[in-house]
Amino acid sequence: MTTDAALPPRLQLRGITKRYPAVLANDHIDLTVGVGEIHALLGENGAGKSTLMKIVYGVTRPDEGIIVWEGKAVSIASPAEARRLGIGMVFQHFSLFETLTVAENIALAMDEKIKPALLAPRIREVSEKYGLPVDPNRLTHSMSVGERQRVEIVRCLLQSPRLLIMDEPTSVLTPQSVLKLFETLRRLASEGVSILYISHKLDEIRALCDTATVLRGGRLSGTAVPRDESNASLARLMVGSDLTACQLQPREPGEIELELTNLSLTTRDPFGTRLQDLNLRVRGGEIVGIAGVSGNGQKELLAALSGETLVGEINRSHAGMIRLCGQPAGLLNPAQRRGLGLGFVPEERLGRGAVPAMTLAENALLTGASGGSSTGMLRYGMVQQKAARAFAKATIEQFKVKCGGESSIASSLSGGNLQKFIVGRETRLKPKVMVVAQPTWGVDVGAALLIRQALIDLRDQGVALLVISEELDELFMICDRIAVINQGRLSPTMPSAELTIEQIGVLMSATSMAGHADETVTGEPVDVAA
Amino acid sequence: MSLPSQLLQTLWPFRLEKRPEPSSTMRLASPLIAATAMALTGLIVFLILGKDPVTAFQVFFLKPLSTTYDLGELALKATPLMLCALGLALGFRANVWNIGAEGQLTLGAIAGSGIALFWGEALGSFALPVMMIAGALGGMAWAAIPAFLRTRFHTNEILVSLMLVYIAQQLLGYLVHGPWRDPDGNNFPQSKVFVENAILPMLVEGTRVTAAFIVALLLAVASWVFSTKTFAGYRMLVAGLAPQAAAYAGFSERRNIWLALLIGGGMAGLAGISEVAGPIGLLQPVVSPGYGFAAIIVAFVGRLHPFGIVLASLLMSLLYLGGEAAQIDLQLPSSITGLFQGSLLFYLLAADLFITFRLRRIRRESRAVAGVAS
Amino acid sequence: MNFEHLIPIFVSTVVAATPLIYAALGELVTERAGVLNLGVEGMMLVGAVAAFAAGIATGSLVLAFLAGMLAATAVSLLFAFLTLSLQTNQVATGLALTLFGVGLSAFIGRGYSGMPIERVPRLDIPGISDLPVIGPLLLNYDALVYLSIALYFALSWFLNHSRAGLRLRATGESPTVAHAIGEPVIVIRYLAVMFGGAMSGIAGAYLSTALTPMWVEGMSAGRGWIALALVVFATWKPLRVMLGAYLFGGVTVMQLYAQGFGVDVPSEFLSMLPYAATIVVLVIICRDPKTILLNQPASLGKSFHPDA
Repeated sequence: MTTDAALPPRLQLRGITKRYPAVLANDHIDLTVGVGEIHALLGENGAGKSTLMKIVYGVTRPDEGIIVWEGKAVSIASPAEARRLGIGMVFQHFSLFETLTVAENIALAMDEKIKPALLAPRIREVSEKYGLPVDPNRLTHSMSVGERQRVEIVRCLLQSPRLLIMDEPTSVLTPQSVLKLFETLRRLASEGVSILYISHKLDEIRALCDTATVLRGGRLSGTAVPRDESNASLARLMVGSDLTACQLQPREPGEIELELTNLSLTTRDPFGTRLQDLNLRVRGGEIVGIAGVSGNGQKELLAALSGETLVGEINRSHAGMIRLCGQPAGLLNPAQRRGLGLGFVPEERLGRGAVPAMTLAENALLTGASGGSSTGMLRYGMVQQKAARAFAKATIEQFKVKCGGESSIASSLSGGNLQKFIVGRETRLKPKVMVVAQPTWGVDVGAALLIRQALIDLRDQGVALLVISEELDELFMICDRIAVINQGRLSPTMPSAELTIEQIGVLMSATSMAGHADETVTGEPVDVAA
Repeated sequence: MSLPSQLLQTLWPFRLEKRPEPSSTMRLASPLIAATAMALTGLIVFLILGKDPVTAFQVFFLKPLSTTYDLGELALKATPLMLCALGLALGFRANVWNIGAEGQLTLGAIAGSGIALFWGEALGSFALPVMMIAGALGGMAWAAIPAFLRTRFHTNEILVSLMLVYIAQQLLGYLVHGPWRDPDGNNFPQSKVFVENAILPMLVEGTRVTAAFIVALLLAVASWVFSTKTFAGYRMLVAGLAPQAAAYAGFSERRNIWLALLIGGGMAGLAGISEVAGPIGLLQPVVSPGYGFAAIIVAFVGRLHPFGIVLASLLMSLLYLGGEAAQIDLQLPSSITGLFQGSLLFYLLAADLFITFRLRRIRRESRAVAGVAS
Repeated sequence: MNFEHLIPIFVSTVVAATPLIYAALGELVTERAGVLNLGVEGMMLVGAVAAFAAGIATGSLVLAFLAGMLAATAVSLLFAFLTLSLQTNQVATGLALTLFGVGLSAFIGRGYSGMPIERVPRLDIPGISDLPVIGPLLLNYDALVYLSIALYFALSWFLNHSRAGLRLRATGESPTVAHAIGEPVIVIRYLAVMFGGAMSGIAGAYLSTALTPMWVEGMSAGRGWIALALVVFATWKPLRVMLGAYLFGGVTVMQLYAQGFGVDVPSEFLSMLPYAATIVVLVIICRDPKTILLNQPASLGKSFHPDA
């Protein structure tokens, strides 16, 4: 770290405010980043971190406040202007075009007009210098998430930035790749590049960052030197209260309720992942977790479990690759699987788990009408509005959903409250098997706690639960056993009490090298004859 | 910021901002705003054409409402529009874009006429019901083609249903020029006049309005019940609003497409046979002045809601009658109707935006900030 | 049938394909930017009537084509304003544009039915156009035919090799990402829609001044829709648009010559051919959903709002 008192700080934000119709995303935020400093921006989901960074990068404009760049007040009207100043940004959801090559992607974001073909040598040069191998001529959609992130970083570095913004960069990386990334970032900092590092992961911030600015609910809640803090003290700044962890009481599991036997599935989506020989058993009264970097087959597995993709359409004997409550279920559609006792909470809440433009009562019908237990929402093909409203109302009360009642439109709810409603709806349909994808992704801490506890309660009532999540901490918190999915293959499960983060990290990059440090990546494992 | 976008911002210094909740006032107000805007456009057009706008307005919009006969004409022309639009609206709400109602109407007319021409006499008092069923089936069969191609081959139903309009019209042309031409008709390209019992009875003495109008109104009620009270209607609604939610809930996409197209085709077919068995009374090369296309406008102006469609079809019918009146009384071209219809839909789409969005003036905040700082 | 008979068929095929080429290449650019404009039919008709009226009024074919382009661009701006600035549904708005275009063109064209207009002349290059075989086959067309081929080459280069083309494609691929890296998404889309409008205008003008030099209500007869289908058939690639257009030109011409060759089929069935062929071709290309998924601009038909 080479902060020089004589130099003006690289970036200063004073009183930045941004209002959206429903929320105050940033309320008079101040922040200072020195030269060569790695500065953490910390806060839970919805605290306003991403909005603030979009303002710095010129994507969004503030309603009030001053941005001072290297001692001079500036107005950043567009990303191009931000880049001209020397600001680079690596987005959380990557800003790469799937059908373009690496070189084309990089050329687009360069402000000098240069042909993709002429960029290639420069891309190679930078990627070698920083140990970030990328092939300029590859199409982006064939690359793993780790590789894509490298492309983003190389794209920023090509413009010799003086401030690099990293938005939740490790959420897509294996633990090993995270270490590699940190090395690269430290090296950049030592060369005088300032880094704004956005994250909600406390361990990482304490390992990497020199200073931290903490946001809560759109406001500045404090600044700290992470090395001098504990996870607990940082969490208090972030959440405003102590974190209470969920507790799993040891419990003897029951019958096998969900069983995958050599599940293999090719995909219709040209950018999808093929599932290969998945084996898994989930018993009543236990929670099994599936960890993995996104894009390794989670989406395809979820669709196969829910019935959105049928298994065995071509070869009927494959229908038994999925068994629900003892019955072959591969050829059953989602409604039929619900009839057997499946509850399902999808990753996308708005648009899949709930119809955005419909009321909560109408959304109760979505799965309630074909749910396993008789809910009375349907009689002779006619919708029973009264029963649907009563069901929605009970769900809202039981799961403390903050909303204007059962006639509220789903899209008017916050992410956390909508998730509580969906989890509540599926829970109240009394499932025997419950599959949950990203239970608390983008959800505030209070809602996350309630949702996790609801899942544990289901387990204690004897329901078989399968949770697919990218949040390792969460899986460790609520799962009895954990498996890892990687490139469409599933590892055996292991009791979470006996597992370490490092072991999971090894599994995440075991059969392939999809991580940050690999030299070559093969799209599919290939049988090689010696 | 690049120059073009700066220029755009100067010319249009507003920003759309999503409302926290969709405005239900605007949902009802926007067809009225659109109709008003269309009327204003009409005034301007009348002025441009050198007609006294007040007289023209009177001839166009009021005269067609002055006598019982005129009111009958209003209902008569509203009938096929209502039938087609009711079916299309169910499809549009389910995200199935059948725009070939004109072709399905034509096939309905052909199928029903076939019954009338060959078995009209033999069937006696059963002739009309059988013709109606045949008409609906004819429309359904034509709509089944895009449904089959979409579900089996993923072919876009917009393009296929539209191509089938042209094919249907050629088919009709072939029949009336060829095998179905009236041998005693002086070589006119038309069929024999239908026998008495194959013609829809008049509803009110002294008008031309037929029982089909009542059928259309009943179907509007049925359609309302279907889409608000039945689970099948709910499923189609979900499929339109959030296709992934429909997949998640296990609502079959195939069933949705088939249902939407078959209902739309059946209603359009009914409209077709009601026309030939009603005011026309025989099969001729042109059985509709574009009712199937105008019905798309009717569906949208009616908010895709059955009762809204009843009102919208009456308004659209008025535009047809107004066009005819303007042609006779003011020597205005009847094509003015098409102009009004098209602009009505444009205005509606623009006004609809304000159901979910509102306009905010862009404040030049960043510049103000820079000013403060320096 | 000998070779001599084939020359006029070939020539009419090329001529019949020309308006399809303009309309489809224009729509291709619009769609590559992520905007689905179903109003091609309407824009063509507006272009056709505007060109005809201007041709009659000024006697100049250049001005006629200019008028056609301008008029169709103007109505395409209406579409652009509604879908891009006001975020209306692209499918509904495109349909509205077609219905509006049909009405507007009929209204403007009311006095022009049955009037004659001078046909766009064939380029007659002394000495060269008279060459045997090659002359009548390749060198005996009007300027618009050659320009359509030039347009194809220019567009191929633009889309695949120019920076502006890369930006256009990127916008169609993901407007969100394009916006995040600072592309003026809305401006790019406006330009793309206007280009589509201008090309539809030329296509329309060609109908009313070259293909059948007169104005008839609804004279495009579904060609706008066929152009839309061609873009799908071409999997959004210019070269395949050309091939498809000539194929369809051939089908259209076939119905005219079929009876001459003694094919005993009622003319109505021959007239169905282009429409039936469109359906067949769509089925062939859409049969495998991967073909469409891999080639279709990913954001096609979806509204984009920078702040939402």
